[in-house]
Amino acid sequence: MFSWDLLANAVVAGVLLGGFYAAVSLGVSLTFGLLDVVNIAHPAFVILGSYAAYAMNSSFGLDPILTGMLLTPLFYVLGAAVYQVYYASFERRGEESLRGLVFFFGLLFIIEVSLSLTYGVDYRLVEAPYIGKSIELGGVGVAVRLLVPFAVGLAMTLALHLFLSRTFYGRAIKAVSQDRLALRLMGANPVRIKTIAFGIGIAAASLSGALLVTIAPVVPSTDRDYIGRVFAIAVLGGLGSIGGTLVAAIILGVAESLMATFFGPSWSLAVSFGILLLALAVRPTGLFGR
Amino acid sequence: MRPWGRWSPLRAVAAVLGTAFALSSVGSATAQSAKPIKIGLGMALTGGLSANGKPALLAMQIWRDDINKRGGLLDRPVELIYYDDQTNPATVPGIYTKLLDVDQVNFVVSGYGTNLIAPLLPIVMERKLTLMGVLGLANNEKYKYPNYFQIQPSGPDPEANWAMGFFEIAGKLNPRPQTIALVGADAEYPRHAIDGARELVKTFGFKTVYDKSYPPSTVDYTPIARAIKAANPDIVFVASYPPDSVGMVRAAREVGLQPKLFGGGMVGLQYTSVMTSMGPMLNGIVNYDFWAPERTMMFPGIEEFFKEYQARAEKAGVDPLGYYLPPYAYAAVQILGRAIEATKSLDQQTVADYIRKTEFRTIVGKVKFGPNGEWAKSRVLMIQYQNIEGRLVEQFKGPGRKVVLYPEEFKSGNLIYPYSAAQR
Amino acid sequence: MVRTGGGLLVSLAVIVGGILLASLRVNLYFYFAGYVVLQYVVVATAWNILGGYAGYVNFGTSAFFALGAYTAIFLIEAFRAPLPVLILAGGLVSGLLGLGIGYLTLRLKGVFFSIATLALSVVLQTLIMNWDYVGGAKGVTVIRPGSPLFGNWVRLLFTVMVGLAVAAVTVAWIIERSWVGRGLRALRDSEEAAECMGVPTLRLKLFATTISGFLLGVAGAPFPYYVTYVEPSSAFNLDYAVNALAMPMIGGTTTWIGPVIGAVLLGTAQQVATVTISSELNLLIVGVVLVAFVVLAPEGIVGLVRRPRGR
Repeated sequence: MFSWDLLANAVVAGVLLGGFYAAVSLGVSLTFGLLDVVNIAHPAFVILGSYAAYAMNSSFGLDPILTGMLLTPLFYVLGAAVYQVYYASFERRGEESLRGLVFFFGLLFIIEVSLSLTYGVDYRLVEAPYIGKSIELGGVGVAVRLLVPFAVGLAMTLALHLFLSRTFYGRAIKAVSQDRLALRLMGANPVRIKTIAFGIGIAAASLSGALLVTIAPVVPSTDRDYIGRVFAIAVLGGLGSIGGTLVAAIILGVAESLMATFFGPSWSLAVSFGILLLALAVRPTGLFGR
Repeated sequence: MRPWGRWSPLRAVAAVLGTAFALSSVGSATAQSAKPIKIGLGMALTGGLSANGKPALLAMQIWRDDINKRGGLLDRPVELIYYDDQTNPATVPGIYTKLLDVDQVNFVVSGYGTNLIAPLLPIVMERKLTLMGVLGLANNEKYKYPNYFQIQPSGPDPEANWAMGFFEIAGKLNPRPQTIALVGADAEYPRHAIDGARELVKTFGFKTVYDKSYPPSTVDYTPIARAIKAANPDIVFVASYPPDSVGMVRAAREVGLQPKLFGGGMVGLQYTSVMTSMGPMLNGIVNYDFWAPERTMMFPGIEEFFKEYQARAEKAGVDPLGYYLPPYAYAAVQILGRAIEATKSLDQQTVADYIRKTEFRTIVGKVKFGPNGEWAKSRVLMIQYQNIEGRLVEQFKGPGRKVVLYPEEFKSGNLIYPYSAAQR
Repeated sequence: MVRTGGGLLVSLAVIVGGILLASLRVNLYFYFAGYVVLQYVVVATAWNILGGYAGYVNFGTSAFFALGAYTAIFLIEAFRAPLPVLILAGGLVSGLLGLGIGYLTLRLKGVFFSIATLALSVVLQTLIMNWDYVGGAKGVTVIRPGSPLFGNWVRLLFTVMVGLAVAAVTVAWIIERSWVGRGLRALRDSEEAAECMGVPTLRLKLFATTISGFLLGVAGAPFPYYVTYVEPSSAFNLDYAVNALAMPMIGGTTTWIGPVIGAVLLGTAQQVATVTISSELNLLIVGVVLVAFVVLAPEGIVGLVRRPRGR
């Protein structure tokens, strides 16, 4: 069963998958890791992005990923609006932790159900020229359907990293999680900063949704498969560490892929969560935690 | 200080019971003036199986309207009472007790799918009811309840008959294939199908070179496809649910997995939305199916049914063509209606006895049940996707795209062999 | 002492009442619906002992519930064990798992703990999926043995659930009033401060996770006989986790009555919606009610009653 060729292919497939996982988890890393907002509805926004991409693809034939990018401003506004409600209802009263969680749970339900009321419950797929093709790179076959999301995921990670470390708003977002006083001294309004960050998180979710629908078909309830994964990745990566998120996502992707190739895919999900449990027990702050 | 402090567990539980009883008795007060014949069911209108549950319900509603246009059953109008089971087996006992005790339905039919039929059977047995099952696999094997009838044409030995056609086709190939890979999802249906296939592998004397399952939430199927490719089987038998069917087909294509025969038990490829988005990628796959618009499958009444169904599909938000299970859902209630009409009775046992001994001519052809309530003779079709070009839905309405290969009496074309030859 | 004795008497009275109720020939459907609501009373109360009192949010409620159910299935398949044994064993096994996650609290606080429980749930589900003796991914059909008490399984299960609900609520009630409850509240507010004040935080947390796990397992143990067919994805259904969280939130997490109110209201609403609205709207309403409640009534119904005029 074992061969070096298979191993190389499995690792490559895992890395590609990891790039996609990173894209899905970045938003959580930002909102949960830096803002301490436990947005459990994040995967629902991902699926919302998938359906947006699907709608544009099926009616106008637009490329799903391109659509995903074009729609990010819309989702940014949506995210900002959600945060405003969240802030007004919970954070301002200082009761965010538990009730906020339930709020997002409710939101997840609402999004899921609205989608199934609008689009029904059929599996939705998109069409793009790169689906079903693969290219050969030094003896390793690479599915273009996974390569494109991987590239976009990498680009998103890099962009977010640069944004957080190089721009004023980015630094302000990092500051908001560490030192509110310093933030005020910088002359920035924490609520405004958090609104921006949350908007970015949701925009990232929507773009990753476009990636998801390119990789696999979606139904409104697909979001449930991702709740565990995205939080696992965000925690494993060390909350708020963007680079760590990418590394954790790739670790999970490679673990799943290796299991699927060599031992029986049945256990792949349990293994990635086993890794998470182990990591939490040994190093609760994650791989690159603060 | 603590207004709840004086509350005791007694009052709390009394409140629980009081509220529950008061609220749930609201519906029971409504009286019936006219005397319709009531047929009750729970159906997956939300949740994982709703993509199949909703079209099944629509088909039954079409039957109800057809019957009522002709003056009803035994000169009484037919009423369908249905509730959403949310694809959750835990809701089934409550729903059906409500149907039977509060709504006082005359007959029940099952919801869609094995998981939702399983919790229903004991209730039906306890009350000695007649039950028409709507597409469940091997539900009655443990109970052997005589008044259960399953419209899914799995045949007398559901597990083994399921993949029979696929293996029959494989066994007749020249040169004869030697090795086989079995792969399926960790879920109820795929496990059954794989278990059946394992038996058939022995019967046909193939050699298993890969036999693994994967969790349904798997995202990337290329590692699995690649592992199968490394085992280099002649035949790949896949038992999967819609998302993984799509995932496996795409992954097989991408890693260049090219066995001589590919397919078997993939759920989802029958859906119009999946067929149109996969398009030519489906060419060459040999898969089970229940109906295809081929000349051998044009049973009396089925064209009228599809005309009505397709006209109503868009508004109902369901599969636009409805070739997969809607005609079977229709046939299930059609049989029940025929039995009631023929026996002029609403007695459960009388109706069941009639169904057991009669051969029915339905819109899915002749149906005769065997002792365990399954079709006396299996009629799981094996079809091959051929000559699909582009992604337009129109092409799937005509013959030649899903060619029936098995069983022999419904055969409408020839296998293109091997798999790779059909992909060009 | 007198209070506890009185409470015991009251509990007994309710159980006797439940038995009487079960022997009434009321429409069977109400026993089914009542069973589900009562089951949620147990689940919500159990969750609240850990989540509400101690402030540790368990996302893996379904894992404990399912573990109780699968322990029962194992015992049914292996020994045809009687119902009381199933319930006790289901509770013990889940309680043991609870003890396990109790030790996790040593290292994991807040949301990290919650995510660990979520991960635990996935791992456990995979194990069950691949354990063919209890049906594996195929699921298992449970055949109820001959004629039970009250001549009907549903009536029997309903009565049993009445007893379990009373027991669970009584346990919560006792905990709340004892030094254990005070200790848990102290560690919810600040674990460090509680530790400094000499509260044995670890022992208390272990106690809370074990009791909570035990009660969740107890709630799950009769489940196989209720549905008669169990497969992993329905036993590990996310609904249990969502409801376990939402019900105490709606009712109020600080007192034992909160989860009871939440379970009765939301549970009954869900039962009624299932047989009246019967479409996606049903779930939509649950979502909207949930959001409306946490936004408008931050301390649940208990909070609303305490401060009728709000702030």
